[in-house]
This record gives sequence, C-alpha cells and structure tokens, in this order.
Amino acid sequence: MMNPPSLLQAKSVEYRKTVLRIIKQANAGHTGGSLSCVDILNVLYNAVLNVSPATFGDPDRDRYLHSKGHSAEALYTVLAERGFFPAAELDTLCRYPSRLAGHPTRDVPGVEHNTGALGHGLPVAVGMALAAKMDGRTSRVFVLLGDGELAEGSNWEALMAASHYKLDNLTVIVDRNGLQISGPTEQVNALEPLAEKFRAFGLAVRSVDGHNLHQLLENFSQVPFERGKPSLVLAQTIKGKGISFIENQVGWHHHVPTDEEYAVAIAELEGQTK
Amino acid sequence: MNPPRPNLDIFADTLLELAQQDRDIVVVTSDSRGSGKLTRFGQVLPDQLIEVGIAEQNLVGVAAGLAASGKKVFAVSPACFLTARSFEQIKNDVAYSNHPVRLVGISAGVSYGALGSTHHSLHDFAALRAVHNLTILAPADNHETRQAILAAADSNSPLYLRFGKAAVPHVHPPDQPFAIGRAITARPGRDLTFVACGETVSIAVQAAELLAADRLDCRVISMHTLKPLDEDALQQAAEETHAILTLEEHSIHGGLGAACAAVLMQHGMRCGFKIVGIPDEHTVTGSQKEIFKHYGITAEGLAAVAKQIGGKSR
Repeated sequence: MMNPPSLLQAKSVEYRKTVLRIIKQANAGHTGGSLSCVDILNVLYNAVLNVSPATFGDPDRDRYLHSKGHSAEALYTVLAERGFFPAAELDTLCRYPSRLAGHPTRDVPGVEHNTGALGHGLPVAVGMALAAKMDGRTSRVFVLLGDGELAEGSNWEALMAASHYKLDNLTVIVDRNGLQISGPTEQVNALEPLAEKFRAFGLAVRSVDGHNLHQLLENFSQVPFERGKPSLVLAQTIKGKGISFIENQVGWHHHVPTDEEYAVAIAELEGQTK
Repeated sequence: MNPPRPNLDIFADTLLELAQQDRDIVVVTSDSRGSGKLTRFGQVLPDQLIEVGIAEQNLVGVAAGLAASGKKVFAVSPACFLTARSFEQIKNDVAYSNHPVRLVGISAGVSYGALGSTHHSLHDFAALRAVHNLTILAPADNHETRQAILAAADSNSPLYLRFGKAAVPHVHPPDQPFAIGRAITARPGRDLTFVACGETVSIAVQAAELLAADRLDCRVISMHTLKPLDEDALQQAAEETHAILTLEEHSIHGGLGAACAAVLMQHGMRCGFKIVGIPDEHTVTGSQKEIFKHYGITAEGLAAVAKQIGGKSR
C-alpha cells in the first residue's frame, strides 16, 4: 500500500495529462480545480486510504468524499488508474449516456456519495465518521473541500458537530487554491484567517504544501493530529497546477484547452517527467 | 381499543420499541427530541440518539452519512424546517445518493397553529413529490402511524413520513392491513368519494357520517402514501362513484389533490372533482382546529362542498 513519494511523482504527471485529455475530449470540465487537487488524490489513493476495488464494499474500508464535486475529472482519473473501472471509460466523460457525469455519482465504482452541490460532503462525512465510532470500526473518513465552498454555512454546522462528537477518525482537507469562479476568494467573500477559524471550531489544523507529495504523505500518515479532535489539512495549492499558463488563472476554472493550448500543456507535462 | 393519542406519541413509542431490539436503529434530532417526544428514547438508548443542534442541513447530511454506513436512520425535525431548510440535502444527499434515510416531519401542516407560517408545512408534499426516489407517507391514525413506522424501518429506500401532534380519532380497526402504496378504504360508499391523507382522514369520515343522514353514501379513502400514489384505488373511485373530493392539511397546490387530478385526467376519468386544503393565501392565525374551521376543513364544511359537487343522492 505504501508507495514512496518518489514513485508517485510520475503518477501526478500522468494524472494531469489524463485530466487534460478527457476535458479536451468532453469539451467540458473543471480544469483549474482538478489540477489543484491531483496531488492530494494521488497520495490518498496510492498511499493512505485503506480502500481498493476489492474492498469497496467492506464496512471497515476508509471513506473518501469528494465534496468539491466539480473536480470530477481528477477523481475519475485516479479511480480509473486504481482499477475501480476501466480506464477506457474515461473517454465517455459527459457523453450520452455515460455514467461519468460532470459531477460524481455512486453509479461510478469507487464513489461514496453524489456530490456537485457545494457544502454537502462534510455533513455526510461526519455521519460516516459517527457510524464508524458507534460501531467501533477502524475505518477513517477523508473529505476534500474546495476553498470557495467554505462560504456554505452547512460546512460550519458540520464542523461544530465533528468537534462536538470528537471525531478524530475524520480528516477534512481544504484545497486552498485561493480562486473561485468569480475571482480570488479574498475578494469574493474573504475566508482568512482560515486556520484560526478552524481551530476555533475545535479542529487540529496543519497547513501543508498541497503539491508536495512528501509533506502530504507525512501529514496524512499522522492523523489524527490530536486525539479526540478532527484533523484539518489546509492544503496550500495552486489552481491549474502543473501547466504554466493555466496556473493561478481565474479564467481556467472551467476553460477547455484549444488544440494549441492542449499541445503546449502536454509538452510541458512531458517535460516534467524527464 | 386504546383511547386515541397523537400520532407523534405512537411514532415515539414504536421507534423506541424497535430500537431496543435493533442497535442499528439511530435517531438524529435537531434540538427536536422534546417536540418529537423522544426524550425517553434519549434516556433509554442514549447511544442511539445523535443530537446535532439547531442545524437542519447538517441533520440530513449526517443522517445520510450514517445511512451510508449501514445505520437505519430516522432524521426527526419539525416538518416545516426539515423540508424547507434542508431541501437540497434531501434531494441530493438522501434521494439522489440513494441513502435510505427515514425523514420524519413532525408537527406537520398547521399543527403549530398560532405560531404562524414559519412553523407551518403546507409546501412539503408539493416540494418532495417532485424529488425522484422518495416515498411520501402521511398516516391517518394511530394504527396507520404504527404500521407506517414498522414499514419504514424495514424499507431500504429513502422515505418521508409526516404527522401532526394533536390526538386523532381512530379510523381503522386494529387488524387493518397496511402496505406502503396501497390506499385503505376506511368506509365504503357509492355516491361520492373522499380521498384524504393524514389527520384529515378522520374529518372525512365524520363528513361521510353527516352525509349519510342526507342519504348520500360516501366512500372514504385514506391515501396514506402520496408517492407512489395508489392509482387503482383512485380509478375505481372515479368509476364507481359520481364525484371525488380530496382533502389535505397542505396547500391546495401540488399536494394530494393535484396528484389525484393528474392521475384522473391522464386516465380520461370524468367525475365531479374538488380539492380541499389550505388556500393560496396568507394563512389565518389560530389553532389547528380554528384554522381548519376557517377554511372549511370540518365535517360540516366538507358536507356542504360534497353536496355542491354532486354526489348523486339515491
């Protein structure tokens, strides 16, 4: 299960190439946000989560919830590569009548919950973590939130409950890329000071470089950060990470690359494997 | 027969009885254990009651997560908040994600009477009927309530149950069979049919009794399941009686009456037809009983409407 980060680096590049390819083919998708969470998903599915296609029905499996459902392309890419469904199916993204819709559903093997409307993943993750505690199971729950979706009040309701019930089997990951569809989060509806807010809600918070595979693995391996507290990983990320002209560009929230942009982007990514 | 009690009490007693035999039965409340008559449940089975505070969105999300992990979950909150504040959680996290949560809307309709429209749920049937993958139940009396809870506990699909907090007269004998989706004929009749649900069924029965004195033979159907609707019972009523009068503690828009009208029209059925419920206006202040009286939801009011729409007298 434990894959050293040095082996995972190449996977991140391949995942990014696949994300771009399927978005290009589908002529739809959320490019920036998928690229910002690829490294997190890479580490989770290749080195942290106790779940596989064979154990997906096991009540003791670890759960992953993709609350930022619009980054479905990243999730589909990683699930396919991990063998949850045939990789060839990725080519059907958003096509009639594919089960790979623009936001993930349980029709897709490996998906725990239907997401897409924001602010929904965390309350469900709290319910799953509670159930594991009630049954004395070892399973853990990981949920990935976009930073823009933190404006949804339901997240804060769920954080209060997570803390109240001392859910130290729950890890909340925030993909803090700083951008949302209309612009920088701090201009749209300021979130900072975010770490302090989470601490005030009773979580054990660590800020990590969300693209540093070593750091991600080290921190995910150390949950719970404090006994009796839910863990929060504030992953500092770059929206569009990996392709110079896509990085930190608001317009790439759901922009689909042109033929030329696609060729340049793939060439850039291939340069990273050399 | 035991004296009639609020359906809410029957719900709480039945649930405690079931949960004592099954540790996977879990109740989730949003500071609603008192209003849900679940205080005793919390005392007897504290490990099977999850309190989330006044946070209905979280209530439903947490319930979905528990259900996804194999718990048999009853999410209990006043119907007004449960079906409006957390509508998106019901739609996405329960129905669309197909996690079998039993959503329990307590003190439904105008049970809270004079507290005003913030506390009324006159929209819940309309809103939830349009959500795919959700069974909707509104039991009429203590017997139906108990049977509905037993059926809900056994069901493995998302479900919404609503009932009020006033004591309701018995409508059925204690051995009346009950199945989700199968309407119950509470009283046979050949002239006119009342199709009612929830606490209004007993009012329809009283109206039928009044009309019997006028030689009008009225059938009363308890349509305890609004979705899936028992279309056969409805068609039969349209064929065998001259008029149908629907009755519900809900807006006249989008509820039981609208559901029945759609079925009848699409089957080409022709009969007298009238929807009785809460009209589309700012609801008057008063107790449940006073509000019912104001809008003609009484035995006398219904009898008058029944005569107008032409249940033919023999």
